[in-house]
Amino acid sequence: MPATRGAATAADTQTLLRLTGVSKAFGPVQALTDVRLDVPAGAVTALVGDNGAGKSTLIKCISGISPPDAGTIAWKGREVRIDSPTVANDLGIQTVYQDLALCDNLDIVQNMFLGRERLRRGQLNELSMEQAAAQTLSELAVTTVRSVRQLVASLSGGQRQSVAIAKAVLWQSELVIMDEPTAALGVAQTRMVLDLVRTLVERGQAVLLVSHNLLDVFEVADRIAVMRQGRLVDVRPTARTNQAIVVDLMTTGETSRSVEQAT
Amino acid sequence: MSTHAAPARPEDHDALGVREYLHLVWQRIRGGETGILPVLGGFILVSIIFQVLDQQYLTAGNLINLLVQSAVFMLLGMAEVLVLLLGEIDLSVGFVAGVSAVVLAWLAQPQVGWPWWATILAALVVTALIGLLQGSLVTRIGLPSFVVTLGGLLFWNGVMLFVLGNGGAILIRDDVLVQISSGTLSRPVGWVVMIVLVALWAALMWRRDARRRTSSLPAPPLALTITKIVAAFAGGAGLILLANADRGIRAPVYGLPWVVLVVLAVLLVWSFLLGRRRFGVYVYAVGGNAEAARRAGINLARIRTAGFVLCSLTAGIAGIVYASRLRSISTSMDGGTLVLYAVAAAVIGGTSLFGGRGKAIHGVLGGVVIAAINNGMGLLGFSAAAKYVVTAVVLVVAVTIDALARRRQSG
Repeated sequence: MPATRGAATAADTQTLLRLTGVSKAFGPVQALTDVRLDVPAGAVTALVGDNGAGKSTLIKCISGISPPDAGTIAWKGREVRIDSPTVANDLGIQTVYQDLALCDNLDIVQNMFLGRERLRRGQLNELSMEQAAAQTLSELAVTTVRSVRQLVASLSGGQRQSVAIAKAVLWQSELVIMDEPTAALGVAQTRMVLDLVRTLVERGQAVLLVSHNLLDVFEVADRIAVMRQGRLVDVRPTARTNQAIVVDLMTTGETSRSVEQAT
Repeated sequence: MSTHAAPARPEDHDALGVREYLHLVWQRIRGGETGILPVLGGFILVSIIFQVLDQQYLTAGNLINLLVQSAVFMLLGMAEVLVLLLGEIDLSVGFVAGVSAVVLAWLAQPQVGWPWWATILAALVVTALIGLLQGSLVTRIGLPSFVVTLGGLLFWNGVMLFVLGNGGAILIRDDVLVQISSGTLSRPVGWVVMIVLVALWAALMWRRDARRRTSSLPAPPLALTITKIVAAFAGGAGLILLANADRGIRAPVYGLPWVVLVVLAVLLVWSFLLGRRRFGVYVYAVGGNAEAARRAGINLARIRTAGFVLCSLTAGIAGIVYASRLRSISTSMDGGTLVLYAVAAAVIGGTSLFGGRGKAIHGVLGGVVIAAINNGMGLLGFSAAAKYVVTAVVLVVAVTIDALARRRQSG
């Protein structure tokens, strides 16, 4: 077990995002049923579950890609309707998608500012954007990128993921949602991305991390939420769970183990 | 340059050397961002071949003629670039240009008697509305642009024939409208216009590079900026010298044709829109990865529709230039061939058929190459059949370059 992270538990941090009774159906398929989840500020909340458990559907509800059928979403205690990605972005929710959602034919600066370009007398303010992009990348210690004017097509998987995360930082998003950020990455690049996740949290941003990889989850998460068959079956601090418990919850929805039992 | 403070970190190239900068450019080219190099190379190659075969080709008179002949191809090429960037295609541009010409000519007839500017305005409004209609069918209903604009090709051809009648034509007698294609600037005005335009461009580029240097962002080396400006002046002066030479056969003809300025204006406006405005970034984003653009909060339908409107509008301008050059519009206008030339011009110029890569200048350069092939083979006395064959080969070569560059970029 990695060391416990004492500071950030659900009890002593303010709740940034609260989902209550969120449900969503695609035709006859009930993808989400009555999901209740709190995402606290300044912490990594991991969302785990088997394939088809509803993780991706849930984050699509939060990021405005496909709004829920029922239930409420409260942002900083105020009820909100997130019915488009723009609304989510404006609230301060930025999603780093599994398929990255970057445009290969644009350069790093254009991608980082896509949808929120800085203007100067109606024209793009390239200088300001380029400086801000370069500064953000260096703040995040992303140093492997040759030039911020490189096309994203020429970047490696890890670099692309870094750019996507840097975009969230640049826009000062309070909540960064990451969908399988390490799924396609090698060892060194996974390391880089996980470090970035911790950097975000140290800067006070909240992270909602969707992942299959329990090793990654236990390494960076403060809290782990487990989904099964469209329901959220359990949320607990990382210190009070372990891999065996999480696997039990993912597969059967319940567990008879406690954290005292060695893994 | 030697007074410049040393960069704080070695990776901050705020004062790039010429060699370093050229190296970066070379790396980009090798990475598949070939830009306008292939089409420039193609143009030079075509020019050498025709000059060797016929000494008439590289004469002042023929080169200016070539420029005037290519105006319609250039404008249609730019029109096509706007939709190709979005990953769409517009097969109707040829006959949309035809409709524009018909509107213009019809309203300018003495019995209707609209002033020249009103006829131009009307032609442009009609073509923009055509673009709005076709664009809306594509974006709101979700029909493939290929089918919608293929329908457009037939439909607008039909509308043209309907107005002109069987084998009919409308002559244009209005002086100003005729001058668009056949009028020229006087010799001194040509010089003044060239010098003002190049000086403006130089000042803007100078200021931009200077700003980048003061903000310690990577900027092209001073020597390169100066070289570019000198080259632009030399190119401009060369063009004016060619244009100001007497190219008349019976009566003296000289001066820069107006139509060159029309093309230049369209090129500048579209380049500004695509390169310096938010709209441009969105066009590239939608063409590159529509889903990413949507998730960034970009209104896809609005951008796509605007692309079709601008495309048809540009085709409308092409139609005006076409009618002005022939001083009439008749049912013999072959919009089907024109649209193929338009797509060919855009792709030969370097615009990708797969969306997301291209510039307005590509339409212009591709248009010149197509006109050069037509013109050169015309001089040599080849038939239309041979011209089609050669143009087709050039088009396929251009698409091959595009596909190879793409593979290189993704690999």
